[in-house]
Amino acid sequence: MDPIKVIESCTVVLPRENIDTDQIIPGRFLKVTDKQGLGKGLFCDWRFEKDGTTPKADFVLNRPEAKGCAILVAGDNFGCGSSREHAPWALTDYGFRAVISTRIADIFRNNALKNGLVPIVLDPVAHAKLVAAPGASVRVDLGTQTVTLPDGSAASFPIDGFSKYCLMNGVDELGFLLSQEEAIATFEAQR
Amino acid sequence: MTEKTEGKSQGPRTLFEKVWDAHVVRPETPETPAVLYVDLHLMHEVTSPQAFSTLRERGVKVRRPDRTLATTDHSTPTLPRLPDGRWPFFDAQNAAQVAQIEQNAKDFGIELHGLGDPQQGVVHVFGPEMGATQPGMTVVCGDSHTATHGAFGALAFGIGTSEVGHVLATQCLLQRKARSLAIRVEGSLAKGVSAKDLVLAIIAQIGVGGGTGHVMEFVGPAVRGLTMEGRMTLCNMAIEGGARAGLVAPDDATFQWLAGKPRAPKGAAWDAAVAQWRKLPSDAGARYDREVTVDVSRLEPMITFGTNPAQGIPVTGVIPDPAAAKDAAARATLEGALRYMALAPGKPILGQKVDVVFVGSCTNGRLEDLREAARVMKGRKVRTRTLVVAGSHAVKKAAEAEGLDRIFKDAGAEWREPGCSMCLAMNGDMLQPGQYCVSTSNRNFEGRQGPGGRTLLASPATAAAAAVSGAVADPRRLVEG
Repeated sequence: MDPIKVIESCTVVLPRENIDTDQIIPGRFLKVTDKQGLGKGLFCDWRFEKDGTTPKADFVLNRPEAKGCAILVAGDNFGCGSSREHAPWALTDYGFRAVISTRIADIFRNNALKNGLVPIVLDPVAHAKLVAAPGASVRVDLGTQTVTLPDGSAASFPIDGFSKYCLMNGVDELGFLLSQEEAIATFEAQR
Repeated sequence: MTEKTEGKSQGPRTLFEKVWDAHVVRPETPETPAVLYVDLHLMHEVTSPQAFSTLRERGVKVRRPDRTLATTDHSTPTLPRLPDGRWPFFDAQNAAQVAQIEQNAKDFGIELHGLGDPQQGVVHVFGPEMGATQPGMTVVCGDSHTATHGAFGALAFGIGTSEVGHVLATQCLLQRKARSLAIRVEGSLAKGVSAKDLVLAIIAQIGVGGGTGHVMEFVGPAVRGLTMEGRMTLCNMAIEGGARAGLVAPDDATFQWLAGKPRAPKGAAWDAAVAQWRKLPSDAGARYDREVTVDVSRLEPMITFGTNPAQGIPVTGVIPDPAAAKDAAARATLEGALRYMALAPGKPILGQKVDVVFVGSCTNGRLEDLREAARVMKGRKVRTRTLVVAGSHAVKKAAEAEGLDRIFKDAGAEWREPGCSMCLAMNGDMLQPGQYCVSTSNRNFEGRQGPGGRTLLASPATAAAAAVSGAVADPRRLVEG
């Protein structure tokens, strides 16, 4: 995983509430046994006509200005529903590096943190400024835990310290857990 | 306030705190989450293959194969084995995914109850049936409906595939302790009103994100009065209210249900286990971070009309009007849902045309659920395509032993092989675009049961009533007392 310190990008705004992981990546894309290439299924049923290949012109990701944007601004309670890690795999494969909402579902947030996708929860006022300015250039600074808003002000966001360390250093949690072997063995012996 | 010392709670503790405390390998600090031990790791074919790839890449073994238990359910066909011995998979990807878990189980020494095994079934039906899920345990699975196992007083939650790898490699997870939320159910359920109706009403009250960051414990006499099947239905959908997990304190009903199951303790070990399990319920005076009260004395059968599980109304109710929504965001959400569902505000949901009925899933695929559906279908003919899919082979066998399969078949319903089936339409059991389906599953998200499909969530009785009516119907009018 590449270390993430700062993300500077335009935003894509998808203001719907409760965007569930079935929308992010529909169930029929879950038959894979690897994680590559899932970006093609991202928001598939919103992005494409019924044939699955013709882009819907009015869907935000299909507009020319959305190309290359790495920050998704979504409505409240993003990522609810299924635990499928295919959701962050699809988002990162497509090119997203951060998701901003006013609330992010627990399992999705955990999964995002393990895949170099920064889950950002902002207060409703700061979030509304981003929703009101689709395509705005935004800077996410993970070190200071701030998002620079279109009006130049900065909004802070919470993130677990350990997850932040892992993201900023490009390391995963498995190495840390494996290093706990002695404590785990002791726990098992003492039960 | 409860104060924390070395990660353990002091003073009166909730059920959640007791289970959490007993599994802390390393307490959480501001810098690092807790290292939490996992007693039981359940597994299926969809969310595990990439985790095994990670183990292979790193040269890591499965630390505790004896605490890992696998089945196949999502990609499996619900049609019987072909005469030539092959399975009628929908496509090659489904077949490859099932073959992959068979290979992984073999390579890493994991007990797999796959296709052809008499114990195979939907993972959250199968785990409890095996007696693998027990009070006070920590249970995880790469599946959000792992919350189901909370019905036994186990702390059970869904994890992603990276975490599946963590548990395989270390039998542990890195976790921040969730907040606790008591859902206090006041009043008692009227006749003809089930656990499914109760949980749909709870979610309608708190919203799909209302439980985010929390572990829900369901308390109150109405909860105590539920059977184990009902408690599983209730906890199963805790995730649809956004909760990390759902819990019901174990009691005699729990112990009776578990006694004699294959993996349940036996003899003196059973007595010792029950004595420990009796200490699990929340202490008098234990504090929850939040409490919500739900009055169910006037609860009716519930059904959803929209595209998230909180968009539910009584079956006798009318479809809400977006104009009455509390704010612009809520209005947009409701408008979007009604547009997708092609339903008009202000109209009664009763009588809405239905094309397909699905009875099954980890929410409502157990014997009691099939009995409820059969009670309504008995002596009647279905007027929609109707799939009845037992949650497991054990459920299927028990249902056939009491003749439920005959009732379904005589009514014209399809009596299929166990699996997740049309709950998420991964195996080819799916809706056609635009079709309406009354489903006993857990999610009515857009396209969940097939692209363009429209799902109305309800109880087995309400689903059966829709099947025999060809439209949304009140099951209380179809069965006597």
